[in-house]
Amino acid sequence: MNAYSYTLLIPLIPLFVFLLIGLTGHKYKPSISGLIGTAGLLVVTVLSYMTAISYFWTDHIAGTAYTSLKVFEIDWLHLTEFLTINLGILLDPISVMMLVVISTVSFMVHIYSLGYMKGEKGFARFYAFLSLFSFSMLGLVLATNIFQMYIFWELVGVSSYLLIGFYYTKPSAVSASKKAFIVTRFADLGFLIGILMLSFMTNTFDFQTLVSSDSPALSHMGGATFLGLSTLTWALTLVFIGGAGKSAMFPLHIWLPDAMEGPTPVSALIHAATMVVAGVYLVARLFPLYSMVAPDALVIVAWVGGISSLFAAIIACTQYDIKRVLAYSTMSQIGYMMLALGVSGYGGHDGLGFMASNWHLFTHAMFKALLFLGAGAIIHSVHSNDMREMGNLRKYLPITHLTFLIGCLTIAGIPPLSGFFSKDEILAAALHANPALFAIEYLVAGITAFYMFRLYFNVFWGKSTHYHHTPHESPLVMTIPLMVLAFGAVFSGFLPFNELVTSDGLPFEAHINYSVAIPSVLIAAFGILVAYMMYRKESLVPEKIATSLGAFYRGAYHKFYMDELYLFVTHKIIFRYISQPVAWFDRNIVDGTMNLIGYSIEKASYMIKGFQSGRVQQYGYVFVTGAVALVIIFVFIW
Amino acid sequence: MNILTLFVLIPVVTMLAIGFSKSMKSIRVVAAIGMGIQLILAAFLVYAYLTERAAGNTAEMLFTYDALWFPSLNIHYSIGVDGISVAMIALTAVVVFAGIFASWEVEYLSKEFFISLILLASGVFGFFISIDLFTMLLFYELAVIPMYLLIGIWGSGPKEYSAMKLTLMLMGGSALLMVGLLGIYFYSAPDGTPLTWNLLEISKNTIPIEMQRFLFPFTFIGFGILGALFPFHTWSPDGHASAPTAVSMLHAGVLMKLGGYGAFRVAIFLMPDAAQEQAWIFLLLTGTSVVYGAFGAIFQKDLKYINAYSSVSHCGLVLFAILMMNQTALNGAVIQMISHGLMTALFFALIGMIYGRTHTRLINEMGGLMKVMPFLSVVYVIAGLASLGLPGLSGFVAEMTIFIGSFQHTDSFHRMLTIIAAASIVITAVYILRVVATLLYGPIRNDHYNHLTDARWFEKLSTVTLLVCIAAIGIAPLWLSDMINFSLAPIVTKLSMATSSFVSIF
Repeated sequence: MNAYSYTLLIPLIPLFVFLLIGLTGHKYKPSISGLIGTAGLLVVTVLSYMTAISYFWTDHIAGTAYTSLKVFEIDWLHLTEFLTINLGILLDPISVMMLVVISTVSFMVHIYSLGYMKGEKGFARFYAFLSLFSFSMLGLVLATNIFQMYIFWELVGVSSYLLIGFYYTKPSAVSASKKAFIVTRFADLGFLIGILMLSFMTNTFDFQTLVSSDSPALSHMGGATFLGLSTLTWALTLVFIGGAGKSAMFPLHIWLPDAMEGPTPVSALIHAATMVVAGVYLVARLFPLYSMVAPDALVIVAWVGGISSLFAAIIACTQYDIKRVLAYSTMSQIGYMMLALGVSGYGGHDGLGFMASNWHLFTHAMFKALLFLGAGAIIHSVHSNDMREMGNLRKYLPITHLTFLIGCLTIAGIPPLSGFFSKDEILAAALHANPALFAIEYLVAGITAFYMFRLYFNVFWGKSTHYHHTPHESPLVMTIPLMVLAFGAVFSGFLPFNELVTSDGLPFEAHINYSVAIPSVLIAAFGILVAYMMYRKESLVPEKIATSLGAFYRGAYHKFYMDELYLFVTHKIIFRYISQPVAWFDRNIVDGTMNLIGYSIEKASYMIKGFQSGRVQQYGYVFVTGAVALVIIFVFIW
Repeated sequence: MNILTLFVLIPVVTMLAIGFSKSMKSIRVVAAIGMGIQLILAAFLVYAYLTERAAGNTAEMLFTYDALWFPSLNIHYSIGVDGISVAMIALTAVVVFAGIFASWEVEYLSKEFFISLILLASGVFGFFISIDLFTMLLFYELAVIPMYLLIGIWGSGPKEYSAMKLTLMLMGGSALLMVGLLGIYFYSAPDGTPLTWNLLEISKNTIPIEMQRFLFPFTFIGFGILGALFPFHTWSPDGHASAPTAVSMLHAGVLMKLGGYGAFRVAIFLMPDAAQEQAWIFLLLTGTSVVYGAFGAIFQKDLKYINAYSSVSHCGLVLFAILMMNQTALNGAVIQMISHGLMTALFFALIGMIYGRTHTRLINEMGGLMKVMPFLSVVYVIAGLASLGLPGLSGFVAEMTIFIGSFQHTDSFHRMLTIIAAASIVITAVYILRVVATLLYGPIRNDHYNHLTDARWFEKLSTVTLLVCIAAIGIAPLWLSDMINFSLAPIVTKLSMATSSFVSIF
């Protein structure tokens, strides 16, 4: 027992709530399930904040480094002499920070859903799944070892699958959930092989051992190379592939836009704020190892992040479904975080990228959850996802409008909102390490401001649309979470992340880099201005621009045909040229051989059964012939 | 009386009692009581076994009993269990118990049905408690023969063909096995000492390597056919598809495990040198069948065929892990046998229950069942998640132990094969989710299905029993894995002493 034993309750309460609602939820009114789930999360939130306050401030001796504490651990499965799978709780700056993010957003989503999901069939099931997700996600961030992380990694995957497919009678939701699971499973295979390789070389799963300065991985830095990369780099790249799948990085991102088929609060919680950043968290968790033994893998991380963010930002400019715009925006922002990790060094000011990445993760969780929940409020009132069917909503939805505007300004990086600070540090880190990546991200900052305000003006200004039912503001139970998250989005930029969450646990000096900040605010303002001119009022300008861009616009509008490519590979190649032939081969060749054996035995026995005729003359004839033959053989040939 | 003998005796008494029962109701109640007692006894055996071990009893086999019954060939009724067989016995008891309730409504010749089913079970129990190879083979045959009748009489579809095919292929396996076991018998003891069938006695002796090279393939393939060794697995899809529910459950759940158990307990344990030499051939075959079975399953349309191919993939993994011959992989193989036994029994039970309502097993003809039978559908989803290896359910524990164990092999050929086998986790997800999406989700395709009912009490009992075991192993695997590990230690020591003459061909 120690001072942090109560943290054990943080994952266990949602698990208990899941079992309670799952097993008994059909016995009482649905709203009670909702209240049980929300109450459970309230306790989790309180405990998480207690943990954060005591870890970061009250228990911390000023001037010393933040260390990682293993506050609980049990043996779950003994594998080999050295390898044991443990389940436990590890507290260090990033896991405590994640506790705050997850519990805050999850709690807000629980409250919001009381209003949003009201009257839905399967209300209790929804809350059971939300609790299952919260349990899995909390277990993931608290993991003490890479295998525990993999366990919870799979569990968040399945919670996501269940929640995307929540409307299970809707074919599009069913196929989206299937797609999300299979694509991430494919990436998880990379993760698993990475774990196998890593554990084979180091004989440990434990994070503390792996990332320590005398990590067993260090002795494997040389050795065999494959395609120019060392075995260790391959292992860590494979682990990153797992993270890239979960975090919807190019080219494994295709599941994320489709995942918007799930209920909107789920999109806010899982597909914006928490689960999709698990990949970033994974790399951050192993960051010292990446930095020490596999800098080549970090280069891959940085470029994948950079390409994803540009790719997604371009697509986001062309989509009309407001949730899909936000989904591509999420992918783009996670690209930022990955890139920041990729360009970061270890220790002191070199670790700027690491700090910036985690900071952006934090601020992004706030403003993106806010934007998604705002989008949910919009969808709730106009019963459509399509921004072409919206317009002028600021009159009808004042609170949603104001909070959504805050969200848009934050993501665009307008000071003094939180997005400005975290993005500024990322750009500074990128400029320091790799000017090409900086250029990409600088461009993306402008595009981001443009597509967010395209969305904003289209929905809240623009044409005055005629609605069948006058849209009305959502109930307080939905708007209060919006206000809370808006508060977080505005003020989380003032948190001293450079003192709390750093690569080596020690604080370092960080300040606003005016040489980066001023141009980036200018390009964001430019993006907003363009959006203002194009979408403030109904006009033909967007149409004309789209036409003049021609093939490029059509490509972006069709998401650069990634879905078609995947369909081609899976259906045409794997199903038609592997699976179908295998099935045919098995039924006809393998089984055919067995049947052939049976058939030939039957035929052969049919043929020789004539010898057992029962006719004495025939037996005598055979007997005499045989005897003569034997005599000839013995006498003449021998 | 020895507790292990009870495992054979109780089924015999139950069969007699069923023989004297008059009504259909009393027949199934008697069967349920008999197998219920068997289940309690199995739970007690696990408890007694763990207590003995905790008390410091380190003998290789516990609860042993030995009686000579055929002096001229030195055949004994020799029984005893270690952690591995205890686990298999517990599995068998659970599956048989669930199987009785899954066939609660068999009306046609129900007396003969339940007698044959329990006869099959007693063969399996006898197999797992035997130490004497001859007695083991005897029980093995006892388990295979009722299968022919059960499929041929109570089956569906081309049942005569399937029953004949299954029995002939398994008998072919027995023939190979007979050669192998006789060979082992004649080299079971050093010159001048009496020959023996006793597994432990033989293991103390080293069979000459020339003989091992000859006998190992006979024994391994002989058992492997029952364990769906590629390319001798094709009895399985047809046999399962035609078999009645409880028989599919028992067959895939338990009988196929006889193959894995025997391959490990007899073939590899007694002939480790040849096993080391020839492992690569069989590793290639089983490694292929893991992926091959999964790909085959994607394209099937009949629920039972899907599950049969899935079994080929999962059982392939059992044999694959056995051939890795290290402690962790072997442990994983045993857990995988148990996990697959429970999962596949649950699948076949559910498929039987769904078929009983919709009268079709073609997934394209069904859809939206979640709405009309939520209980069965939810259990189906959980079984599916277990099959694709979700943590918290048994499949994950088994697969991960196997992958990590196999990857510890110092030879890169083995590690490459492990990666190939690990790729099956993705393919498995594809076919499981495809079935779940088509069968359970989406709108209801057939209006008649709106009037279907959900599970009855005996169906719930049957499925929940299996589900609880799957979840229990998945959540707290340590006791099971430690129990197996303890018994594996002496075996692995013997295997590691084998002259490792493996020549990497890569």
